[in-house]
Amino acid sequence: MHTTSDVTELAAISKRMRREVIEMITEAKSGHPGGSLSAVELIVTLYFDVMRHDPANPKWKDRDRFILSKGHCCPILYAVMAECGYCPKDQLNTLRKLGSIYQGHPDMRFLPSLEASTGSLGEGLSLGIGMALAAKLDKSPSRTFVMLGDGEIQEGQIWEAAMFAGAKKVDNLVAIVDTNRIQLDGFVKDIMDENPLGDKWASFGWHTLEVEGHDIAALQKAFAEAAAMKEQPTVIIAHTIKGKGVSFMENNPKFHGTAPTVEEEARALAELA
Amino acid sequence: MAAKTKFELKAGLATREAFGKALAQLGRVNPNVVVLDADLSKSTYTAEFGHAFPERFFECGIAESNMVAIGSGLAMGGKIPFASSFSVFLLNKGFEQLRVTAAYPNVNLKIVGTHSGISIGEDGPSQMSIEDLSLACSLPGFTVISPADEVATMALVKRAAEVFGPIFIRTGRLKVPVVYASDQAFEIGKAIQLIDGSDVTLIATGLMVAESIRASETLEAEGVSARVIDMHTIKPLDRDAISRAAAETGAIVVAEEHLLDAGLGVRVAQVVAETHPAVMEFVGIHNTYAESATPDQLLDKYGLRAVNVVAAARRALSRKR
Repeated sequence: MHTTSDVTELAAISKRMRREVIEMITEAKSGHPGGSLSAVELIVTLYFDVMRHDPANPKWKDRDRFILSKGHCCPILYAVMAECGYCPKDQLNTLRKLGSIYQGHPDMRFLPSLEASTGSLGEGLSLGIGMALAAKLDKSPSRTFVMLGDGEIQEGQIWEAAMFAGAKKVDNLVAIVDTNRIQLDGFVKDIMDENPLGDKWASFGWHTLEVEGHDIAALQKAFAEAAAMKEQPTVIIAHTIKGKGVSFMENNPKFHGTAPTVEEEARALAELA
Repeated sequence: MAAKTKFELKAGLATREAFGKALAQLGRVNPNVVVLDADLSKSTYTAEFGHAFPERFFECGIAESNMVAIGSGLAMGGKIPFASSFSVFLLNKGFEQLRVTAAYPNVNLKIVGTHSGISIGEDGPSQMSIEDLSLACSLPGFTVISPADEVATMALVKRAAEVFGPIFIRTGRLKVPVVYASDQAFEIGKAIQLIDGSDVTLIATGLMVAESIRASETLEAEGVSARVIDMHTIKPLDRDAISRAAAETGAIVVAEEHLLDAGLGVRVAQVVAETHPAVMEFVGIHNTYAESATPDQLLDKYGLRAVNVVAAARRALSRKR
């Protein structure tokens, strides 16, 4: 597959992926646009620049692995995986429909090139630790990336896993918190204030980076710093905007889990032209 | 009818201890076997593996949910993980993770619960697992195993490492009699007929197998020919053994150290209903939690003895036409 470290090119791919997300969710008439759009640059930068992987050999033993623990945001993952060549682009519009490989939440039974079946929040970090430990036992250079939501980390299992990875120095593991500040019922700060978030991770033994999550050059720098980190897992707290790129979806809790109408789709695509 | 074998039930190890021995042996022959424990390794007997293979032993602390999902991740990374804790914590605290990270994606995770049933004794109901078989059986794709003695445990733990897929093995704290000769072969999903009989069939699992053997001897003295079957695999069930027992003996007693609401008994009844009608009776725990006492006192009080199996067999026979 074509990879690139060129920021302009990665930004262009990101814009295309946003269009795919809007089209997929509109066609499906349900889904989660807000958290898909906040994660675009993160997932695009990982798949097209940072991660060592091969769509022609999806089970390559030494590949880097990506787990979308906030599984409801799978439209952006499906769009990126299709763009990489893991799965057909021309079926993206079957999202959430009977028999589709693009299930409502990531399901390895339908799409085996996924690294995990997710959707029940809070479980991906533990899975990622297991994969990272297996790689260490095999002396494999494989690294594992786990994307969490800032709502998701209210789950207790996340902190069991955070404690484990910090204590056991799982340094081939990177957690990314897509900190878009909104969850289903409203703003994170009103539902369960998590501040100071960086201090929490640091106190669990994690190398903690805070970064602007739509700034591709800043993300590249953060991922490079994580790759060089020894004896500590790294967490990248990515400050993002829920619904990023579509003016009427940005910072709007309604679009956590509401599909755009056909009219809204047209407006969104015009903004993303 | 085959001649009855007189069973000599010799004292044996607790099945948890046999599990620990099997695990250490597995560690020597299979470098892919890894073990996870949640601060109970001295009680679950995974400590022996941990001492022998520290790099393949993951002490997860008191965090069973995390342990189960890390185990799934290790399996997805190509390892053969055995995650162990008391059954009550493994199945209840780890259930959501067993569902989403092991059963749903069909991951090669093995979980071994110790301290199952009420025969743990003095520690009481918070540590007693009386619903683990039903929880494990409600996970699509899971294999569920409940060995009767040390020989069965050693063999089935080793077999579990060889077959792909999620497996739960239920073991106990209490020392139990040895039922099997050391060279007995076991096949997952294939029940073992220990004693042949024509009047009634006693289908048992776990420590109720030895109790059922004793029950059959009492019944024989009364002129009742009782077949005894060890149902060491709860899922998938050996449907042939059950339907044959229903057809040939017309009466079945199921005995288990588990709640009767959703354990082996109801699963056997489902097969009987689908295959061949037979009178059925059930020995197990009736809609209650137990209490602190010695294991013997608890097995007596909660009706998990040979005498209870005999009484159930008599009830079944009296209803049989």
